[in-house]
Amino acid sequence: MIHFVVHEEGDSVGTIVVEGIKTGQNLTGWVMEQDKMITLPTLSDIPIGHKISLGDLNKDDTVMKYGVDIGRVVSPIKAGEHLHVHNVKTKRW
Amino acid sequence: MINKETTFMGYRRANGRVGIRNHVIILPVDDISNAACEAVANNIKGTMALPHPYGRLQFGADLDLHFRTLIGTGTNPNVAAVIVIGIEEGWTKKIVDGIAASGKPVLGYSIEMHGDHETIMNASRGARELVQAASEIQREVCNISELWVSTKCGESDTTSGCGANPTVGNAFDKLYELGSTLCFGETTELTGGEQIVAARCRTPEVHDQFMTMFNRYQEVIDRHKTSDLSDSQPTKGNIAGGLTTIEEKALGNIQKIGKKCMVDGVLDKAETPTSSGLWFMDSSSAAAEMVTLCAASGYAVHFFPTGQGNVVGNPIVPVIKICANPRTVRTMGEHVDVDTSGLLQRDLNMDGAGDKLLEMMMRTANGRLTAAEALGHREFVLTRLYESA
Repeated sequence: MIHFVVHEEGDSVGTIVVEGIKTGQNLTGWVMEQDKMITLPTLSDIPIGHKISLGDLNKDDTVMKYGVDIGRVVSPIKAGEHLHVHNVKTKRW
Repeated sequence: MINKETTFMGYRRANGRVGIRNHVIILPVDDISNAACEAVANNIKGTMALPHPYGRLQFGADLDLHFRTLIGTGTNPNVAAVIVIGIEEGWTKKIVDGIAASGKPVLGYSIEMHGDHETIMNASRGARELVQAASEIQREVCNISELWVSTKCGESDTTSGCGANPTVGNAFDKLYELGSTLCFGETTELTGGEQIVAARCRTPEVHDQFMTMFNRYQEVIDRHKTSDLSDSQPTKGNIAGGLTTIEEKALGNIQKIGKKCMVDGVLDKAETPTSSGLWFMDSSSAAAEMVTLCAASGYAVHFFPTGQGNVVGNPIVPVIKICANPRTVRTMGEHVDVDTSGLLQRDLNMDGAGDKLLEMMMRTANGRLTAAEALGHREFVLTRLYESA
């Protein structure tokens, strides 16, 4: 069972692709571009479609997905935590 | 798998374009002619009214767009014949003449000096003749490259970017090689990925035209915004689906143009492409507006990938829904034509997903009703540029 997918190696996040992910679960992830499997324990309940941070991120760090900048961190995020609008914002507009 | 010899049964129109539906439409010039149009469509079975809220006191580029959209809708090859009804003769004739230039049967009626009763009676007589003639038109063998295909995604989530949108991209790459005429747009929703589209432009001229359109839209947003747009872009539905920023949404969006297609040209809203290839249309990112513009540009079938489950359709163009989110497929399955959720569990590879979509495109071209058609989704939404005079 694949719990999350990562677009490519070097991305800061994975996307949860199954329902009902709970804190403490050990997750299996698929890095699509490199076709590799990784594992990561989760520190949050994360809904399907939402993102998990793959590493520790500090305020003002850049979040990478598809190998491209998708925004900036506004409060620190630990590996395995839910990464979304509460801790990441756009750099545009 | 499709190739250069792949054919389908379509309707070849007087101007050489190929359609996959045979609609007779009753088209209002303006809001106050909707009632007469709906009455005619009610009288004459097999016709369809396309009510809309505009067409009075528009001027300049906004009026040009109104005419271009209505004429383009009537000219679309999925339409066999058109009845146009307006409050007065002048603008009614302009639209009738515009549609007639394609060689299509079209009749116009204006309400002033006649009233609704007489207009409905006269237009019903015309509509009956047109629909009976249309019912005798036969489908004929057409080549796959004659089918114009547009795309726009909606209610996107993160599964759009890794599942549904790259499925469209894979299909676009395959169609592009066969010489198809393709279209994408959604200017604002390229924000954060505009450099990727710019790098895919065929020539420096196309690159510059694209960047001009992109920058113009950014200026509109800068002029009107009251916040960082976090309540509008990404939408509440996008955020509920896990998309965090406009950049992330844009990068997912861009997966629809595949890995190999080049951007061969740019179109203003509802403008008709002049050659095959992939066209960027400067357009709204709102689903019904964009699909309506694609239909007015002459596109005959639309690929609509969704994550959270946008239910949009179009009155004249079949809208094929592609979804990779297993929860949406489970909870809203009646809206999904192509389920590619297997991609996220490696049960399906991208090539297989693209082929699955193309197979559904061929079935749709041959006459299969899409989910949106069966469910009666006929959203016809005209784009406005600014206030009326």
